[in-house]
Amino acid sequence: MNKVLTIENVQTFYGHIQALHGVSLDVDEGEIATLIGANGAGKSTLLMTICGDPQARSGRIVYKGEEITGKPTYEIMRMGIAQSPEGRRIFPRMTVLENLQIGATILGPDRFEEDLAKVYELFPILKERERQRGGTLSGGEQQMLAIGRALMSRPRLLLLDEPSLGIAPLIVKRIFEAIRRINEEEKMTIFLVEQNAHHALRLAHRGYVMVNGRIQLTGSGRDLLANPEVRAAYLEGGR
Amino acid sequence: MRQTSLFDPAFLRPILAFLRPILIDAAKAAGIATLLTVFMVGIRTVDNPQGLQAEYRFDDVFTAVAIVFFGRIALSLLSGGRVLAGLVVVGGFSAWMLIALLTVGETGIGLLPKPFASTVVCWIVTLAAIGFSLRGFFLLTRGDKGAPAVFKEEGALSLRRMTPWIGAALILFAFVMPWFDFANRRIMDMAVLVLTYVMLGWGLNIVVGLAGLLDLGYVAFYAVGAYTFALTSFYFDLGFWVALPVCGAMTAFFGVMLGFPVLRLRGDYLAIVTLGFGEIIRVILINWWWFTGGPDGIRGIPRPTFFGMEFRRKPREGEETFHSFFDLDYSSVDRIVYLYYIILLLALITNLFTMRMRRLPVGRAWEALREDEVACRALGINPVNTKLTAFGLGAMFGGFAGCFFAARQGFISPESFTFIESAVILAIVVLGGLGSQIGVVIASILLIGVPELFRELQEYRMLAFGGGMVLVMVWRPRGLLSHRDPTVRLFKGRRTKSARPSEGTA
Repeated sequence: MNKVLTIENVQTFYGHIQALHGVSLDVDEGEIATLIGANGAGKSTLLMTICGDPQARSGRIVYKGEEITGKPTYEIMRMGIAQSPEGRRIFPRMTVLENLQIGATILGPDRFEEDLAKVYELFPILKERERQRGGTLSGGEQQMLAIGRALMSRPRLLLLDEPSLGIAPLIVKRIFEAIRRINEEEKMTIFLVEQNAHHALRLAHRGYVMVNGRIQLTGSGRDLLANPEVRAAYLEGGR
Repeated sequence: MRQTSLFDPAFLRPILAFLRPILIDAAKAAGIATLLTVFMVGIRTVDNPQGLQAEYRFDDVFTAVAIVFFGRIALSLLSGGRVLAGLVVVGGFSAWMLIALLTVGETGIGLLPKPFASTVVCWIVTLAAIGFSLRGFFLLTRGDKGAPAVFKEEGALSLRRMTPWIGAALILFAFVMPWFDFANRRIMDMAVLVLTYVMLGWGLNIVVGLAGLLDLGYVAFYAVGAYTFALTSFYFDLGFWVALPVCGAMTAFFGVMLGFPVLRLRGDYLAIVTLGFGEIIRVILINWWWFTGGPDGIRGIPRPTFFGMEFRRKPREGEETFHSFFDLDYSSVDRIVYLYYIILLLALITNLFTMRMRRLPVGRAWEALREDEVACRALGINPVNTKLTAFGLGAMFGGFAGCFFAARQGFISPESFTFIESAVILAIVVLGGLGSQIGVVIASILLIGVPELFRELQEYRMLAFGGGMVLVMVWRPRGLLSHRDPTVRLFKGRRTKSARPSEGTA
């Protein structure tokens, strides 16, 4: 399998505080890889480090054979990586359509209609809400918009940061179903950061468990789901 | 009404219990008002031939305190839900003022005191009080507070739909205005001034309204534009039309220069640095005297010409003037009207440019940047370039306006470019509603035009300014016209293709 993303021994700091203690992981072409872990384990930090904000202090991040460590965020995002950030961060005063248009900024107008149709097909509710302001959408709709906005740049690697955060369980199901479809139909590689371990591991081909800024466990989604340690820590215990 | 005597204690007690806290509150407010006014208003030093003497104006103190006392009562009653009682107090006050203003005489009712020396101020206060009473009256008759809010929403919606028409009507009016009879020299001068500020407001709107970068030093670009024209005309003998693009380029360059160091700053920090930049430019202009003329300024700046023809009574040697070429009688208003059309066109170009930019990816990126910079970067938008274009373009229009200002005045000095100018331009943008183009026009007329009309009230200008700002913050905290129109047509043909089937779902 072709490696899309390779992270080697990455260390990231916020000021003096070390958030990532030498993280290494791979994401293969066409797979869904998930990173689960408790609150504050460093999951989002790793995702943001891939995007270059904050930048890794040591280690290497390689995307499709090209090192992207140290590149500015907007350049990384122009290389075929797209992100649906934590907390969704849609543009609240702009309409749904405008949000999607901004998502397509780096591609330009040529294939906009085509991509728009695809996103609307994936999330039909967005078409209904086309002229509504982003801020007036429900949490689930905003998450769909954030994912749709990321898809508008035709990424080859989609980074999702906690798409289930604060969303009704029924909608979470729908969103995860959409993620699966994106992966299968578009052959898009997806790196999913989640606290909702159950959903994430069922969906993922490969899973990583992060504890205190280190990767603790690796395995296929199904293996991790069956792993007693994981079950105790993330599936039956605290949550 | 119960059948009780008016002086029955059982009837009076609840009323007293209700009034007690209100009266105490009002007394406290009156006490504070007394403390504040007794020295500042009550005593005034007058420079008499005998030396400095104190003049006492305790009647003014008394009226001020009385207004505060009764106003406080009315406010407490209103906010306590006692609309009727509040109405009685405010209504009584407005009735008193109205009678005092309408009856002028030596006896009887004509002796009612008026709280302010200036009749115009009395009228404004009276009208405000009447407005309050009317509002209270409507609240009362409508029963609940919800009704006016709905009414307002509907009104705002229909107003929004009419905005393009209002805009078109305003532009049409602006074009034909000089031909009306009332457009005398004074009115035209004022119109030119207002339009200059409209243009500055539109320029600043790019930076503050669209890109969300709070700029307190916008006057610096105005100054750079004005001085660029003044200096190029002085040293290189350039005319207005040649210098105009030079000014634009120069200020755009300055805008980018300012943009670089402040890219990482946001909000208040950005505001402070831009404020400093505005001051730096002014101080340089003052101190670089051998180049800029220092505090003496530059005079003899050439006026704009009409295809090389000047607006003057007697033509220069071998040249034609505007009126002789068109075989007209010389009129000094011609020149003003010409200036008026120049600034009108410049302002309209600014407006068109901004509206167009909003629909392009760059403009979209400005707005997105204002909303969420992190998300923008995550979408591959380069915040550095985006901010710099906003700074540069916003500055460029300020520069055009400055160039025009220099050409209109014929004389400029650093005094014209103080911080208060920046504040006024920013106030226009904020008052109009950030990002609203027509709001800027309305705010300019209110802030620039109205004070010019009421020269008599110059002393009260800052008071009215502050009062107006407070009222806007209370009633329309996001500006007079805060609505942001979605720019649906980013990509060509978008509207025609998909607008129809999805119409009506919103």
